[in-house]
Amino acid sequence: MMAERAARSTPAPLALRMRGLSDRAIAWLFIAPTMLLLLAINIFPLIWTVRLSFTNFRANRPNAEIVGVGIDHYVAILTDPDVWGPMQATAHFLFWTILLQTLIGFTLAYLIDRKFRGHGFWTTLILIPMMLSPAVVGNFWAFLYQPQIGLFNYIVSFATGIAPSSFEMLGSVKLAPWSIIIVDTWMWTPYVMLICLAGLRSIPDYIYEAAEVDRASAWRQFWSITLPMVLPFIMLAVLFRGIENFKMFDLVNLLTNGGPGSTTEVVSITLKREAFEKWRTGYSSALAIILFVAVFGLANIYVKALNAVKNR
Amino acid sequence: MNALLRKLPAFAAIAATGVLSLGSTAAQAQGKTITLCWAAWDPANALVELSKDFTAKSGVNMKFEFVPWPNFADRMLNELNSKGKLCDLIIGDSQWIGGAAESGHYVKLNDFFAKEGIKMSDFMPATVLGYSEWPKGTPNYWALPAMGDALGWTYRKDWFAKPELRAEFKKTYSRELEAPKTWTEFKQVAEFFSGRMIDGKKVYGTYLFTERGSEGITMGVSNVLYPMGFKYQDPKKPYAMDGYVNSADAIKGLEFYKSLYKCCTPPGLTNSYMGEGLDAFKSGQVAMMMNWFAFFPGLYKDPNVGGEKIGFFVNPSDKTTGSQLGGQGISVVAYSPNRAESLAYIKWFATPEVQKKWWALGGYSCHKAVLQDPGFKKSAPFAAEFLTAMDQVVDFWADPSYAQLLLAEQKRIHDFVVADKGTAKEALDGLLADWKKVFKEDGKMK
Repeated sequence: MMAERAARSTPAPLALRMRGLSDRAIAWLFIAPTMLLLLAINIFPLIWTVRLSFTNFRANRPNAEIVGVGIDHYVAILTDPDVWGPMQATAHFLFWTILLQTLIGFTLAYLIDRKFRGHGFWTTLILIPMMLSPAVVGNFWAFLYQPQIGLFNYIVSFATGIAPSSFEMLGSVKLAPWSIIIVDTWMWTPYVMLICLAGLRSIPDYIYEAAEVDRASAWRQFWSITLPMVLPFIMLAVLFRGIENFKMFDLVNLLTNGGPGSTTEVVSITLKREAFEKWRTGYSSALAIILFVAVFGLANIYVKALNAVKNR
Repeated sequence: MNALLRKLPAFAAIAATGVLSLGSTAAQAQGKTITLCWAAWDPANALVELSKDFTAKSGVNMKFEFVPWPNFADRMLNELNSKGKLCDLIIGDSQWIGGAAESGHYVKLNDFFAKEGIKMSDFMPATVLGYSEWPKGTPNYWALPAMGDALGWTYRKDWFAKPELRAEFKKTYSRELEAPKTWTEFKQVAEFFSGRMIDGKKVYGTYLFTERGSEGITMGVSNVLYPMGFKYQDPKKPYAMDGYVNSADAIKGLEFYKSLYKCCTPPGLTNSYMGEGLDAFKSGQVAMMMNWFAFFPGLYKDPNVGGEKIGFFVNPSDKTTGSQLGGQGISVVAYSPNRAESLAYIKWFATPEVQKKWWALGGYSCHKAVLQDPGFKKSAPFAAEFLTAMDQVVDFWADPSYAQLLLAEQKRIHDFVVADKGTAKEALDGLLADWKKVFKEDGKMK
C-alpha cells in the first residue's frame, strides 16, 4: 500500500511527459543554445582566424584580391625583431608583476589572517584598487607620475632628496617599464591576497594544534603546514595573473602607449597596431594564433604542475 | 573562401544598419537628417554653428558625430571599412584619401562638380592636391577642400617684449628678441628661455610634438625635416626613396629635432600631442608652441594667454621652406542612404558666401574668394602667417598604406628622439627599409 502510494507520488520521467524525446535529447535541447553561442563567438572566430592567418587579407581593402601566402606570416613573425622586442617586454612585465604580486599578496594575506582588531576594515581598504576601472587607474597614475606636479615624484623626492622634476617615470627608458609594473602591482596584489587568504582560511586549525603538541616552532609550522597547504592557491593566483598579464593592454595603452620608443610595447599593443591600425589582418591573425598557442600551451603545462602539487 | 571573406564586411554592415536604423527612425519621421562626422575640436563647433544656415535653407536637419583626435582615425576608418552608415558626410584626414578612394568608401565628385559648376580652380592648389585628389596630381576628386590647416607656431609676445629680456638677448646674440625666422634663430630663442624664471615660474623654450601612438611625433619632426631638405622620394621617379628619406639633410634635421627636444622642452612631455601643447602654453610653461593653425583662433581668445600676449609665426626655414600640411576635405560616404542631401550640403558649403562665414566663425576656408580677398591678411592676427604656411605645405604619404608608413615612422623617430635608441642615420635607414617593405607588399616597388 505504502509502496503503491510512493510510486504514484514520484513524478514521471521528463521524457515521458514530453512525448517522443528521450532524456538525452532533452538534455541536448537545454544545452544547445549555450553550445551554439560558444561556437558562434569562440570557436568560429578561432577557426576563421586560423584561415585568415594563411592569407594576405586586409580588412580595409575589401576589393583587393585575397591570396594564400602559406606559412609566410608565421615565418616573418618568428624571425622579426620588431615582434621579439615586444615579446621580451611582455616577459619582463610578466615576470616582475607576478613575482611582486605573489610576494606582497601572500604577505598581506598572512598578516590579515592573524585576525587582529579592525582586520575587516583593512581588508576592504586593500581591496579597493582592484575594484577600480583600469581606465581610471591608468589616467590617475599618469597624473601621479607627472614630473612637475605628480605626487609620486614628490614622494620619491621627499624620501631621497632627488629633485622631483629630475626624473620621468613614464618618459625614461629605464623607468617606464617599472612604472607600469608598479601600477599593475598596486592594482592586482589585492586579488592575489584574496586567493591566498582563502587558502590560509582553508587550513584546519587542528593541524596547527597537533603541531603545537609536537612542539613545532612557528617557522617549522610555516614551512611544513602553511606553505605546502596554501601552495595550490598561490599557483592558481599565479595562473590567473599570468594569463591576464600576458594580455595586458589597457594600462600600458593609457600610461605609455608602448613608449618611450618601443620600450614598453607589450605584445598586445603590437597586435592591436598590426590588426587595427596597419590593417594587416592576415599577419595579425598569425600573431594572434602564435600568442594563443603560447598561452594555451604554457597554461596547460602549468595546470599539470598545479594538479601534481594538489595530489601530493 | 575568398568570396566568403568579401561578404563578411557586408554581413557586418547589414547588422550595423539594423541596429542604427532603430535609432534613426524617429528622426527620419520628422524630416531628412544627415550626419556629418569629424574630429572633436574647436573648428567642429564653428561648423555646427555654420550648418544651421544649411538647415534653414534646405530643411535638412544636421546631426554631428565628433570623435576626439586620438581615436578619430581608428573610429572612422573602422566605420568606413565595415561599410557603416553612421556618416553621410565625413571630413576625413588628408592621408585617408588614397585608401578611401581605392576601397570605394568615398563618392567620386567629378561629375557632381561639373554639373553644379563647382571649380577646383576656385580653391588653393595645395588644398586641392592635399585634400581632394587621388591619385595625386590627377583631376580625380574625392573631396571638397573644407578645412585648410598647417603646423605653425605661437609665442608669448608679452615675454618677448620684456625690456630686461630683450636687452639680455641682444647682448648675447647681437640681434633683437623677435619671433624666429630660421631654425638657427629658433634654437637660440628656445635655449634663451629654457630654465628661466618668468613671473616667479620656471619656464621652457618650446613645446614639440612627441606623441607615439598615432601621428604626433611624425608631424612634429616633419616640420623640421622639410625645411632642412628632407624629401619623401625622387621628384622625377616616384617611390625611389634612397638618398632622399635618409639624405644628409634629413639626418641633420632629425638630429636637430632631438637636440631641441633635449634642450628646451618641459620635462614629462614624452608622449604629447595637440592637447598637451595647448595645456603647456596656456599654463605659461613654454615661450613657443608648435601646433595646428586650427587652434589659433581659440588661443587668441584665451583670457590668460590670448589677445596682446600672444603672437604667431610661420614654421622657420633653413635650407628651404616647408610646413607640415594638416586639414581635411569633406567627402560623401559611398554607403550613405542620403546621398542627394549630402551632395546638397557640399554644394551649399562650396559657395563663396558660406566660405566667408566659415572663416569668420573660426574655420579655415580654402576658397580663393576668402584667401585672396585684399582684407584677408588683416582679418586675424594669424591670417597672414596661415597664407604663407599654405604656400609651403608638404604632406605625408596619402597612399592606401599610409597607416603602415606612418606607424613605421612613429616608431623609428620616437625610438631615436625620446628613447635615445641608435643614431639618426640608423633611424632613417630603418625607416627607409620599412617603407620599401610596405611599397613592395603593395606592388608599387620591385
